[in-house]
Amino acid sequence: MATSYLIKNGRIIDPYTSRDESGDILVRDGLLALPEEAGTCVEIDAAGCWVVPGLIDMHVHLREPGEEYKEDIASGTRAAAAGGFTAVACMPNTSPVNDTAAVTAMILARAREASARVYPVAAISKGSAGESLAEFGDLREAGAVAVSDDGLPVRNSQLMRRALEYAADFGLMVISHSEEPSLSGGAMNEGETSTRLGLKGIPAIAESIMVYREIALAEYTGKPVHIAHVSTAMSTELIRSAKERGVPVTAETTPHYFTLTEAAVEGYDTNAKMNPPLRTEMDRQAIMAGLADGTFDAIATDHAPHSILEKEVEFDLAANGIIGLETSLPLSLELVRKGLINEQRLVELLSVNPARILGVTGGSLAVGRPADITIIDPDVEYTFLRDQIVSKSKNSPFIGRKLQGRAVLTMVGGRITHSLPDSILP
Amino acid sequence: MTTGYFFPHRHILGIDHLSSTDIQHILSTARSFKEISSRPIKKVPTLRGNTIINLFFEPSTRTRLSFEVAAKRMSADTFNISASTSSATKGETLIDTARNITAMNPDTIIIRHAFSGAPHMLTRYVDAAIINAGDGTHEHPSQGLLDMMTVQDHKGRLDGLKVAIIGDIAHSRVAHSDIQGFSKMGSDVFVFAPATLLPPALEQLGARVCTSLEEAVDGADVVMTLRIQKERQDDPLLPSFREYSRQFGITREIIKRASPDAIIMHPGPINRGVELTPEMADCSQSVILDQVTNGVAVRMALLYLVMGNAPVGE
Repeated sequence: MATSYLIKNGRIIDPYTSRDESGDILVRDGLLALPEEAGTCVEIDAAGCWVVPGLIDMHVHLREPGEEYKEDIASGTRAAAAGGFTAVACMPNTSPVNDTAAVTAMILARAREASARVYPVAAISKGSAGESLAEFGDLREAGAVAVSDDGLPVRNSQLMRRALEYAADFGLMVISHSEEPSLSGGAMNEGETSTRLGLKGIPAIAESIMVYREIALAEYTGKPVHIAHVSTAMSTELIRSAKERGVPVTAETTPHYFTLTEAAVEGYDTNAKMNPPLRTEMDRQAIMAGLADGTFDAIATDHAPHSILEKEVEFDLAANGIIGLETSLPLSLELVRKGLINEQRLVELLSVNPARILGVTGGSLAVGRPADITIIDPDVEYTFLRDQIVSKSKNSPFIGRKLQGRAVLTMVGGRITHSLPDSILP
Repeated sequence: MTTGYFFPHRHILGIDHLSSTDIQHILSTARSFKEISSRPIKKVPTLRGNTIINLFFEPSTRTRLSFEVAAKRMSADTFNISASTSSATKGETLIDTARNITAMNPDTIIIRHAFSGAPHMLTRYVDAAIINAGDGTHEHPSQGLLDMMTVQDHKGRLDGLKVAIIGDIAHSRVAHSDIQGFSKMGSDVFVFAPATLLPPALEQLGARVCTSLEEAVDGADVVMTLRIQKERQDDPLLPSFREYSRQFGITREIIKRASPDAIIMHPGPINRGVELTPEMADCSQSVILDQVTNGVAVRMALLYLVMGNAPVGE
């Protein structure tokens, strides 16, 4: 018999049921229940904390199968739990690529013991080679929730059109890594800093040209598309205007695009190298505006673990990407403290909307649902230290940064997956 | 010599981090060393007992030789490692290579590398002073300094001069060092090239971007041309060398628009007949070989400043 928990005196923020009030929540048999029905249970004092539906990161790289030295499903979901996430959607650019039901099934089998729910995103094209469609029906049956060739753009516009058309009836969201490859063979954002550092630039248009293609395809076919890791002002504006005229497009951005700019590359710091690259202050401002006005549906991390083998090398040779699961919530809380978004909007971006876009459970604290809960202390101040990183890889540009707010307890289906040593558990 | 001035840099990574005072100090130090190279016995004991490693991951004839001559004239012990003889080809990382070299306690490592920022990375992993001898398309600070020294020799000053830089600015580390160096020293830097060879935001580095060769060269005191590459990887930069030399090459005709005593420079190696018509490289206005001579003096000064790190007393 699973332990029952009574989470008391927290500020319950559940935009899905339009709830924002102080109160109690009962967890019984792994499900959310009415607190009045509490019998024998463990009490959790959540006074001063927020109690929100479990956070969902819809864009991570867990590296298993194939690159377990960087991360695996166990370590990646432990990092997720530490960061307050109860579920992650993992991208298919593993080795082998998740383009067959067998790989999807293997990921889900490994995820059974994991510290977070794992939603596999399968490949759009076989081998993510951009030539022919993967078997979406099989992949859906095996448990994939979306398709993407993330890490690579779909160069062939007809293939992308067919993917949108074919995926929709299987209930698979198509997630676009929007990049025009002929414009993007550089190492950082193209501009003054790239000129001064002598690094080949990736212009902002390398992203926005492809974002526009995806919008045009979605508008023409009437099928939904989700734009991953948006980094530029121009892409944000394209998505905003597409939404205004009713195009079925959703979009995510990442904490690094609303927190950092290309200035982080100074000194050739390979932990500031990612694709799409960090952009300008103007882009950062536009991304924040898009988070505030609803242009962006979700904050995702693009959690991309790499070892020192890929990162302690010349900047041009360094792998793209940074880890993000453990810093996403505190960096997003900075937006709330700045007054750019309110608490409800934060929960929409980190839980409600990712669940809706992927069509998965979660995103609400309604009674009867699985007890996926994140308890957040919004005030605690701490420094993000390398030694405390849970992920196998330590490639973060935020090491040494002062943060405020973090998950003190994470619960998946009534099972505690993370709690701070000195936290609110009795 | 600036009184009370102490050279503040442990490493020479680029002109970017040097002030005009630093540059002036390096140039006057170089000038005081230049005479050594014309003595019958071209050697002083200044850096005796110091170990200098030339770590060249890219082929180089002049720069490596110039650093080696400079080091030997200062009595330092020099060792050369080039990419073909190093472990680089065996897959050893730059950091492992550098750590192994560091275990042998060198005082200075001079590095040439195909990737921008490689010298900066070395500074984080080794104890020795690092001198950048050219990194990717970032900077080539000793070349920028010797260019400034050469112009100062011929013009007596840098302040207020019109310096025209023509050619592949985007892929030239020399151009990046020269643009920043000359503008820090008060020269007016004008650049011109087909737009495919211009990187963005050059104005913020201190250059004025011209729209014609005439605009760049008119009344110029210095005309510097850069080596041209027709294409890089998948990037079509120019239709042909033939068209480049016809449309953008430096000819006797165009040089007539420059100041009558203008000097012509090129950091080498020259594509004769492309950037310059063949006779222009050898004409009386060309100071290309003076650049090479000054290169030794500038590199002696840099080695002295990073290892001695004290004002020069004569």
